[in-house]
Amino acid sequence: MCRVASEGIPARLTALLSARGADLGVSWADSVTASLGGRITRAEVERELDEIYTALVAALGRGSLDARGEAFGEVRALLTELSRNRARQGFSPVETAVGVFALKEVLEPSLSGADGDVEAYLRFAGLLDALGLFTMEVYSRTREDLISAQAEQLLELSTPVVKLWDGVIGVPLVGTLDSARTMVVMEKMLQALVDSESEQAIIDITGVPAVDTEVAQHLLKTVVAARMMGAECTISGIRPQIAQTIVALGIDFGDIVTKATLADALQHALRRSGVVLTRTAPVAGS
Amino acid sequence: MVNATLRGPEVLGIRAVAGVVRARQLVRAFAQECRLSLVEQTKFVTAASELARNTLVHGGGGSMTAAMVEERGRRGVQLVFADQGPGIADVDLALTDGWSSGGGMGLGLPGSRRLVDDFSLDTAAGHGTTVSITKWAR
Repeated sequence: MCRVASEGIPARLTALLSARGADLGVSWADSVTASLGGRITRAEVERELDEIYTALVAALGRGSLDARGEAFGEVRALLTELSRNRARQGFSPVETAVGVFALKEVLEPSLSGADGDVEAYLRFAGLLDALGLFTMEVYSRTREDLISAQAEQLLELSTPVVKLWDGVIGVPLVGTLDSARTMVVMEKMLQALVDSESEQAIIDITGVPAVDTEVAQHLLKTVVAARMMGAECTISGIRPQIAQTIVALGIDFGDIVTKATLADALQHALRRSGVVLTRTAPVAGS
Repeated sequence: MVNATLRGPEVLGIRAVAGVVRARQLVRAFAQECRLSLVEQTKFVTAASELARNTLVHGGGGSMTAAMVEERGRRGVQLVFADQGPGIADVDLALTDGWSSGGGMGLGLPGSRRLVDDFSLDTAAGHGTTVSITKWAR
């Protein structure tokens, strides 16, 4: 008997949802619009929900209650689109999931109190929970995609090569130095050496929080590449804690010149290119 | 051995390069809260970076568990790196300076041992690798 009842659940739900179709649609849209605080217009919410509602009724009409099943493919596609849009527009996870969960509350008043209805409602609630979780899954995946896209953009932005003096270029590194970034840095620096006809390059790592073996290896490769082009590299910005860590790790920088500050490195590079700096008496007033 | 756990344990998955970055950030936060000196912080974060990368590159991904612990009145940060990878066949060789199974410098494992106070390595070929390190506040 129980089996008969549960088989009839999708049909009962279809009846409940269709009987008050327009009505339910309106209260659902009301509830969702309110929770989004006016950042999406009522018309847009209605359009989104109307499509989901129609697909949901159609799926139930096929006698299924399995949120991951084939019958709900259309519903999942629509929810995927909805949560992707919400994630991109900067809505919170709660504001995204509420779109699905609100339908539960909305359906509540239309229950007649008959035995079958309670079970039907509970099963429906379970179905909506599963769909809600699906929404969250898509939401977080979209956010992760966004973050990795931004990381790539940062990669492009964060590697300036600056001219410090005639024949001396500087590469200030800030943040984490991984393989991908090293490639970009190396390419940019080598190209800048050619373009500016420089023979001295200074790589400043003041902004690199930790130098581990990978970072060190990348630095060494960059220096060797510059040497092959006839340029000399100095690494500056070695802070005391970095120096101690490098020594403890056992990394050997060989004959590569390293300096504590960018100023020291510039002075060294100038001396090597034969520039003599002299200090004169300061000019008083102006 | 450890008397009390003051914060954590917090578990972090290391499945991609981003996991190594997050591991460094989490370890730095723990080290700062434990009031390690700047030098100790940098050493510990660097060791964590090496081991997290080992977990990813050699272990095929795994996890890092971080906790702030207390033992005999001193505080420290304890990290456990675990993976289910191929394991290390020859531990002595792996701990030798300059020996690398990949294209690295071969200083990650022996170097990180020198950067921390306590270091223990548990591995067997085919059974994954677990490395525990601790740094105590002076």
